Amino acid sequence: MEAEKPRKASAAAAARRQFLLDSARMACGVGLLGIGIGLYAKQAKALPPLAVRPPGALAEKDFLGACIRCGLCVRDCPYDILSLATPDEPVATGTPYFVARQLPCEMCEEIPCVKACPTGALDHKLTDINQAKMGLAVLVDQENCLNFLGLRCDICYRICPVIDKAITLEQQLNARTGKHALFIPTVHSEHCTGCGKCEKGCPLEVAAIKVYPIELAKGEPGKHYRLGWVEKEKAGGSLVAPDVQHQYNLPEGMRYESGKGLIPGGEAPAVPPGSAAPGTQPAAPRALQGGKL
Amino acid sequence: MSTERIGAEAVAARGWLGAHKWLLARRASQLGILTLFLLGPLAGVWIVKGNLTFSYTLDVLPLTDPYILLQTLLTRHLPEAKAFVGAAIVLAFYLLVGGRVFCSWVCPVNMVTDAAAWLRRRLGIKGGAHVSRGARYWILAMTLVLAAATGTLAWELVNPVSMFHRGLIFGLGAAWAVILAVFLFDVFVMKDGWCGHLCPVGAFYSLVGKVSLVRTAAVQRAACNDCMDCFAVCPEPQVIRPALKGVDAAGPVIADANCTNCGRCIDVCSKDVFVFGTRFGNKADKVSSPAQKMAAACK
Repeated sequence: MEAEKPRKASAAAAARRQFLLDSARMACGVGLLGIGIGLYAKQAKALPPLAVRPPGALAEKDFLGACIRCGLCVRDCPYDILSLATPDEPVATGTPYFVARQLPCEMCEEIPCVKACPTGALDHKLTDINQAKMGLAVLVDQENCLNFLGLRCDICYRICPVIDKAITLEQQLNARTGKHALFIPTVHSEHCTGCGKCEKGCPLEVAAIKVYPIELAKGEPGKHYRLGWVEKEKAGGSLVAPDVQHQYNLPEGMRYESGKGLIPGGEAPAVPPGSAAPGTQPAAPRALQGGKL
Repeated sequence: MSTERIGAEAVAARGWLGAHKWLLARRASQLGILTLFLLGPLAGVWIVKGNLTFSYTLDVLPLTDPYILLQTLLTRHLPEAKAFVGAAIVLAFYLLVGGRVFCSWVCPVNMVTDAAAWLRRRLGIKGGAHVSRGARYWILAMTLVLAAATGTLAWELVNPVSMFHRGLIFGLGAAWAVILAVFLFDVFVMKDGWCGHLCPVGAFYSLVGKVSLVRTAAVQRAACNDCMDCFAVCPEPQVIRPALKGVDAAGPVIADANCTNCGRCIDVCSKDVFVFGTRFGNKADKVSSPAQKMAAACK
């Protein structure tokens, strides 16, 4: 009986030791695997610029947790533009995407892909397809865009489902000919849904206008930036005190003329040209007054 | 163990069909489910849409993989109600028929690993790497921790189970290489390696199976002639012994959650020891102890 006790205790200690060892072995082995997958998952969070998510897709980091890769959006797309990424593609395995240059989104009014999604990875709050933000079209290549060259291609503008809102043509002087206009396709992020029709329609070998993820395509001013004219309009008047009128203190009998300097002469105007009396508008250059040069 | 092929005695006793009926039923189930999914994309007959992570049948019946739903919840995303309804239906079904019925009757990877196990037996490959069968629970825990830590379904980037089923329906891409790797791993590196040791999907469903109703039971265990065919063919042979041999006065019902209810033990047993039954009525006294059985056999 005396010998039994220590033997039992040592057996229990050995069992405990074995249990701890086994657990440590598993935790370390599986932990190693987990770290590998975790780092891979971190890399897979970066959606390549050419892959566009279906309408209503949550921000990419949320989308990758919400999308269960069932493919119902793929099935319910009447134009078969969506596909699920296979493991060899640079998009997170099994998630839906489309490539605008191959097949752009047709912007169905019913948005069947969003309705099909069982998890809300495609947000069911999106009920008006014109509010979709799949990406943002950017005219990336101004050197090769035909309209920038002065030609009237206009395809991206004409093909845009939100024509005259998402893409407008802005006139500029064609400096090359000196007498023609350039019609510059200009994307307005407020209205662009990122459907990719413009990218698909661009007649160049490689599209000059492309749909990019919004966070790549859009700049953002500092949070403290204010546009003076916007603030002025909001306030209904100038927010800063008007400039103090500059006063010249000229020697007696002298006047000042721009470009000429001080000129002796009696009839010096009380206010030198180029400045205005308080309360009056400053004189604009003659060219802008509509007068003949 | 006899040098004959496993189940040879059963084939002699019941004919080839009789000795393979559950195997055939399982293949019919696995291929039938796959066919239902493929009818849409291949023939335009849309009975079932989606894949095993979520499917929609006849536009009324949602079915969700509860394991992937759990991962999604851990990323702190709240899915639509439809996903929860689907998961509840699936859970209820597997609570009824056995958790790992998913593995043996539904999962397409099972056909790959069954083929690997068959080839391994035919080539007489023995031994290989050893990892505890509990490893799958560690991996299961790891996948859940990953979902919570990364906020994404990290495991689904590499999960061979969903990758294979999705691939068969939506396009495989390089997933074939992953499946080939699983096959070769099972043939050369570890017996029943993927499904029996590592797969967290199976581990998840085995937790459901802890309380599920339908069980395989060795009700005629007194008739066992120790041919060992059931142990040789079973992908989880550790589950058989307590029920068959009455270890620690265990009843004849295979209570282990990792029994996949594949029915191969029923097929290969020439003595009709095993049947499908329920977890109830698991009385040890129904059958004789091995010692009594030995005495009976000597008569």
